[in-house]
Amino acid sequence: MSQPATTGVPVLALEGVNKSFGAVRALRDVSLELFAGEAHALAGENGAGKSTLIKTLAGVHRPDSGRVLLDGEPVVFHGPAGARDVGIAVIYQEPTLFPDLSIAENIFMGRQPRRALGRIDHKAVRTSTAALMARLGVELDPDRPARGLSIADQQIVEIAKALSFDARVLIMDEPTAALTGSETARLFSVVETLRAEGAAVLFISHRLEEIFELCQRVTVLRDGRWVASEPLAGLTQDDLVRRMVGRDLAELYPKQDSRVGETALSVRRLTREGVFRDVSFDVRRGEIVALAGLVGAGRTEVAQAVFGVDRADAGEVRVGGSALRPGSPTAAMDAGLALVPEDRRQRGLVMEMSIERNIGLTGLDRLGRAGLVKRALERGRAADWAVRLQLKYGSLADHVGVLSGGNQQKVVLAKWLATEPTVLIVDEPTRGIDVGTKAEVHRLLSSLAADGLAVLMISSDLPEVLGMADRVLVMHEGRLVAEIPRAEATEESVMAAATGLTDGADGAGEAGEAGEADATGLPRDADATGPTGDPAAIGHTDATGDTGANGPTGATGPTGATGTSGHPHATGDTGATGPTGATAEGTRT
Amino acid sequence: MSVTIEKPEKPDQPAAAPETARSARSLVDAVFRAREISIAGALVLLVLFTWIAEPRFLNDQGIKDLLLNAAILVLLAVGQSVVVITRNIDLSVGSVVGLSAFACGKFVSGTDHGVLTVLALGILVGAACGIVSGALVSFGRVPALVVTLGMLYIIQGVDYWWAQGEQINAADVPQPVLDLGSGSVLGIPYLPLIAFAALAGTAYVLRTYRAGRELHAIGSSPEAARLAGVPIRRRVLAAYLFSGAVSGFAGALWLARFGTVVADNAHGWELTVVSAVVVGGVAIVGGTGTVWGAALGALLLTTIGSALAVLKVDSFWQDAIAGALLLAAISVDRIVRVRMTRALRKRSAR
Repeated sequence: MSQPATTGVPVLALEGVNKSFGAVRALRDVSLELFAGEAHALAGENGAGKSTLIKTLAGVHRPDSGRVLLDGEPVVFHGPAGARDVGIAVIYQEPTLFPDLSIAENIFMGRQPRRALGRIDHKAVRTSTAALMARLGVELDPDRPARGLSIADQQIVEIAKALSFDARVLIMDEPTAALTGSETARLFSVVETLRAEGAAVLFISHRLEEIFELCQRVTVLRDGRWVASEPLAGLTQDDLVRRMVGRDLAELYPKQDSRVGETALSVRRLTREGVFRDVSFDVRRGEIVALAGLVGAGRTEVAQAVFGVDRADAGEVRVGGSALRPGSPTAAMDAGLALVPEDRRQRGLVMEMSIERNIGLTGLDRLGRAGLVKRALERGRAADWAVRLQLKYGSLADHVGVLSGGNQQKVVLAKWLATEPTVLIVDEPTRGIDVGTKAEVHRLLSSLAADGLAVLMISSDLPEVLGMADRVLVMHEGRLVAEIPRAEATEESVMAAATGLTDGADGAGEAGEAGEADATGLPRDADATGPTGDPAAIGHTDATGDTGANGPTGATGPTGATGTSGHPHATGDTGATGPTGATAEGTRT
Repeated sequence: MSVTIEKPEKPDQPAAAPETARSARSLVDAVFRAREISIAGALVLLVLFTWIAEPRFLNDQGIKDLLLNAAILVLLAVGQSVVVITRNIDLSVGSVVGLSAFACGKFVSGTDHGVLTVLALGILVGAACGIVSGALVSFGRVPALVVTLGMLYIIQGVDYWWAQGEQINAADVPQPVLDLGSGSVLGIPYLPLIAFAALAGTAYVLRTYRAGRELHAIGSSPEAARLAGVPIRRRVLAAYLFSGAVSGFAGALWLARFGTVVADNAHGWELTVVSAVVVGGVAIVGGTGTVWGAALGALLLTTIGSALAVLKVDSFWQDAIAGALLLAAISVDRIVRVRMTRALRKRSAR
């Protein structure tokens, strides 16, 4: 690791930047300095403000206050093209390509090499692309259209794009999230070369070992605030995790005890090629099961496939024991499934319609006769649910758009609860909601579970996952890699599984039972990983029992996942997260 | 598009290009070429069948008529494709043709203005209409469907108001202008030659200039185009300007061809043009398709009309057949897109 070149003028810097979206303060007084020839890591949990920061550097957002400095001079970027023109390349978490155009055209759009009379030199475009692909060590045909490329390959195209204009600053937002081990290694060698040539690199990854491997400095954000900027040399992974996580669990999570009943939703070997694979789990009545993982791990996609919005390529969904017709949300609704989607403005609500209309949408055939909707019934249903969910509104005839985010979310919940589901799938139920309403939504979910509803909750909010879930399923790169019971779930164990760092989940049960606990909260004891893949360790969940090798711990177990993705096994200190879980749980309750 | 037309030689590629990439591309290639080949095939079959049933269909005059009938529609289809490729639509073309033809007729009747002046006037009238639609769509951010539908009626209204039932007669039009419509070189009428030149020129620009590629980019993914720094609004405005200018040009040619012009020439043509473009494989959701395909679509539609007339089939059937073709084309597009995405996704899945 070369010495960080922290002297001199930073190539690109942020100075006291603030950025809000409506009531949400995404960045508060954040500063950051990127130096030539240095790889800088940006660490923080989901929602800490990393993406906003990147978009500010990329010219997508303009800071509300504070400055962006290029070579020490304040600059204002007019759109992404402005940032690109000064040599800032951004590789986003989700690549944006032109699906109909060839890979070569995607890379050189707007910057194609030209011959006389301004004509595009198609041959040069193609050969340069082939050269870039060769430099990246991948075999992608420059003439292939981008449509249908895997995320990894799309990422490669984006990286090739950055290479093609010799970027001075390379910003990468979780570029490795969808890459295999060998692809990651190849990417790193490319980045290393660029850095050696004097480029400044800003790197975001949830895989801590990658941060330590690639970067010299790290800046940690938490809840939109700057926490620390320091050299990585001398830091341990534990130090970093502590800086990222360090916050209190407020009384936000009023978890009620509930009696767990029979299996309500059972998913077996669900696969959608290139998105997620071999996902099996059960959700029982009275239980809140969290589906955790990083953005892009395939959680939302699993939910969509379960509900029939997307068609799965293989696998089966059973609700209350009978198989669900695939690819049909109507069938899913009839079977008692309800899906509260992630993006309530786009997919959950009709913003221009009134509250009562929105709530009525899911039950139009029950609100009248012969296809005519009775206003009185519609209003009655809306009023009933508004009271039950403590909705704050002026009039039920108001547009949903005028409500606050939290109350909009309640309307979406009401809309789906009114269908009287047996299984409720909620995707990021509290994203963008203020703390007070958040607690109300949690209370609601908890009491619904206590009444016997089976709840599957997708959440990127770790405290929420830990506070609400009876069981935590963790997805990593399209696979279910861990199933952690409430007693053993900690921020560290979930995060470790989500980042593919560890085989912690399975060992957790065993180690937890052994009662080994380390007062520091982060055990060094390598034994604590326990026997991997032992179903008995999580034997109290049926999922592994009845499907044998197909269960979460079997074929898709952490060992398997790490094996296929080619990541080195975690070191002892992060691997053994079990006892920490026990400790944390013990102190909390 | 470059994927379909250029046959890339593969010397400087890694020798062991992966099987998947190869087959993925040939799949895409095949799909697009299939569209153009199948239209051409249908065209040939249609002509052969009609010719067998009625040999006069393909005598000298018959061929000339086929080409003359197709020329103006082909021209309009070329203009329309450029707009549709950007994920927009221009419904005002029929009205623009009408207005331009009438304006040119009014301008030349009883005078001895030259051919070039008339054509220039037509282009100017069309470009003026196009720039209004384009500005509203690109800078005003009003949906293209609404803007151009509004323009359709406005231009039509202006045209009616101006004409007041008046009619331009061939007798008033200078002979050189009429000669443009009826003359020929080496037995091929001027009009189809002009249309072909416009077609080839547009295809070349769309393929070889940055601006042309950026039009495809905008239609394929506006969001990605924005991130790539494509000047979206300018390009969309330019597309409408082009479509308008081409329509105005077609209006001038209309005058040259028919001599007699009333206010509602080309009434309803916008839908025929859009049908031709879509049948020809330009996806209505933008991004893909070639002007060559669109021109073939236009040729197919006019040939169906001529064939039905020769075969003495009721001309009402023409519309029904055009409609059926349109639906078939859109369905095929949709199915192909879904299938192809799935196939490509599976191929690249590990």
